[in-house]
Amino acid sequence: MAQYAVLIYSPAPADPMSITPDYLALLEAYGPKVEALGGTIVTGFALQPSTTATAIRGDVVTDGPFIEAKEVVAGFFILEAPDFDVALQIAKLNPATIDGGVEVRPLFTPPSQ
Amino acid sequence: MIITDVERAVADAHRREWAFVLAATARVAGDFDLAEECVQDAYVAALDTWTRDGIPAKPGAWLTATAKRKAIDTLRRRQVLRAKMPLLVEPDEADMDDFNEPDAVPDDRLRLIFTCCHPALAREAQVALTLRLVCGVSTGDIARAFLVTEPTMAARLTRAKKKIAAARIPYRVPGASELPERLDAVLSTVHLLYTTGHTSPSGADLVRADLVDRSLHLARMLLSLMPDEAEVRGLLALLLLTDARRATRVDARGRLLVLEDQDRSRWDKAFIDEGSRLVVDSFRTGRVGRYALQAAIASLHALAPSSAQTDWRQVVGLYDRLLAVWPSPVVELNRAVAVSMVDGPEAALEVVALLATDDRLAGYHYLPAVRADLLRRLDRRTEAAAEYRAALELVDNEAEREFLENRLAEVVESGSGRST
Repeated sequence: MAQYAVLIYSPAPADPMSITPDYLALLEAYGPKVEALGGTIVTGFALQPSTTATAIRGDVVTDGPFIEAKEVVAGFFILEAPDFDVALQIAKLNPATIDGGVEVRPLFTPPSQ
Repeated sequence: MIITDVERAVADAHRREWAFVLAATARVAGDFDLAEECVQDAYVAALDTWTRDGIPAKPGAWLTATAKRKAIDTLRRRQVLRAKMPLLVEPDEADMDDFNEPDAVPDDRLRLIFTCCHPALAREAQVALTLRLVCGVSTGDIARAFLVTEPTMAARLTRAKKKIAAARIPYRVPGASELPERLDAVLSTVHLLYTTGHTSPSGADLVRADLVDRSLHLARMLLSLMPDEAEVRGLLALLLLTDARRATRVDARGRLLVLEDQDRSRWDKAFIDEGSRLVVDSFRTGRVGRYALQAAIASLHALAPSSAQTDWRQVVGLYDRLLAVWPSPVVELNRAVAVSMVDGPEAALEVVALLATDDRLAGYHYLPAVRADLLRRLDRRTEAAAEYRAALELVDNEAEREFLENRLAEVVESGSGRST
């Protein structure tokens, strides 16, 4: 089993309180789909809107997300899947891909002894 | 230096068996870098051993057994300080590691090809990996073919191999549900290799023969491994039919010749026959895709005695079918050229005018070039000259540039009244 972070990008400011009932229904249906494909969501988080973000670069503190973009990180989850192809299949089904997108990044595990 | 039989046998095995040997070794090594190293070593060892003991009956099996043994030895030695993530090998129905039975080596070439062409890898990385791992081309040669420095190409290959390992891209042939999409990525990689060799995007040589030969070799390998896939057949047909005209694309001085000016008697008859047969076969299966359709168009050109005697109506019909499976402004542009042969340049100009509004064709030199040619045929010289100049702004292949410059010179030759 390999672990991946799935980063969810939505149009700014990605406010979880303005999620539509339709989208919520899609989210609820997502969990069972993940399991049916052989994946497990280890843990996951939704974030407050990007208007609440604060970025620090060097010693400069600025209001807003680290990178100004039309789409911002709305949340992320850790996915465990047998291989990358399964992880991709699962990521493709995420409802965020409808008007935003997701990024799949393998988790780093330090080389073991 | 005299080339010995053994050297010839090793070189031959390199060309023919590299993919097979590397694919099998990668499965044992669990790592492409280690597999490459062991396979290289096996080829070096072959020179000595075969000189001493004679050339084995099955060179591929000998090389595979040797490379696998080296991989296993290295892994044992490294066991304690293993820093790399192993390649994710899907267990096989019959995992055979019995060195006493070299005939029983499973064919892992498809796994290797699908892994190299995984859609999560950038297209340029897919092409480079395929040349390096499937064809055994050296990094330096790949760099020269794609006009980048060797360190740049080496870095590109390393990055791709790292991603395969870190992201756990599995070493396997995709299942039935994923296959059409994944196969398409493989086919377009092979096709891109061919077109890069056939019309090199820049530089003086119109044909980089080595890439062309590699892509034909790959297409044949794929067809032998997937004999039931109509599109694999279609791709090989397309490459053969296009390549049949290779010798006549430029004249003795290296100038580009358009289809109607090419000496058809010099087209490669054997390639045309084989390609046309493959087209017929792939149409019989009923699941015709974009490669088979393009091959069918190419075969109509290849079999016609002259440009004028080409069945242009059927060409247009095939372009219509092609557009249905593969909507693309480039296909529409090519269709417009065929339309000009059926309904005249005027009708085609209307189609091209619509295409000119498509952003995807901005910067594509064939658009003004096609338009220029249609205007030239209508004797609208001033407009044609402007379009040739626009095409010249965008073209970067030397042979095509010279062709466009000559056409431009023809149309600006004022009031000569020369017909074409």
